[in-house]
Amino acid sequence: MTSTRTFARMAAVALLAAGAIGTLAVSFAAPAAAQNRDPAYAAARANGTIGEKMDGYLGFVGSPSGNLKALVDDLNIRRKASYADRARAQGVTIEEFAFTQGCLLIARTVPGEKYQAPDGSWQTRGSSPARVDPRCPSAG
Amino acid sequence: MKFAKYMARWRKKAGLTATAADANTAPMAAWANGWRRMAGMVAIGLAPATTGACVNVNAPAEPIVIELNVNIKQEVLYRLVDSANENIEENPEIF
Repeated sequence: MTSTRTFARMAAVALLAAGAIGTLAVSFAAPAAAQNRDPAYAAARANGTIGEKMDGYLGFVGSPSGNLKALVDDLNIRRKASYADRARAQGVTIEEFAFTQGCLLIARTVPGEKYQAPDGSWQTRGSSPARVDPRCPSAG
Repeated sequence: MKFAKYMARWRKKAGLTATAADANTAPMAAWANGWRRMAGMVAIGLAPATTGACVNVNAPAEPIVIELNVNIKQEVLYRLVDSANENIEENPEIF
């Protein structure tokens, strides 16, 4: 009787722990899940039509449709506006800020997504960390 | 003694003393010239060697300068990480 109760208590604790670890893992491994992306943008990311470039902007892996190009161009313009604001606040060039942003964006791609490797080639993110430029803060 | 006196007179008459003096100084001058020329040649020979040494000194200096630029840039990038992460949090729809 007591042994069953002890077992039940242990199982409950184990379940709670597993739940906590699971939540943590989700919040770390898939930050994209929390992002409210345009469905067309999310789909293009997921199927590898577009990818994260080293310069902090989105690039096309193949030749995109007109709609997708307009969407990505708009995102890149909005990205550049945010880079310009922050670069000005930090006293650096837009390119320097955008490059740092690119390092982070490439590092946080999820498996299956495309990113630009330091040699300029398009790579598909696997389970291992993305290949980022040696100047990237995360690489040092 | 008499013979020596005669010889001296003969030498004077023949102008041998002068030529003897010339003969003595001439090789000296040639020898000095030779040394000067050799020194010049050595200097000419050294000139490329010294410039070569300068290049050798400058060559390792250049990569150090490049390295410095990389470090400065990397330092800048490190400083921007917080702002870049904040950017993603504040504008999740564009990233």
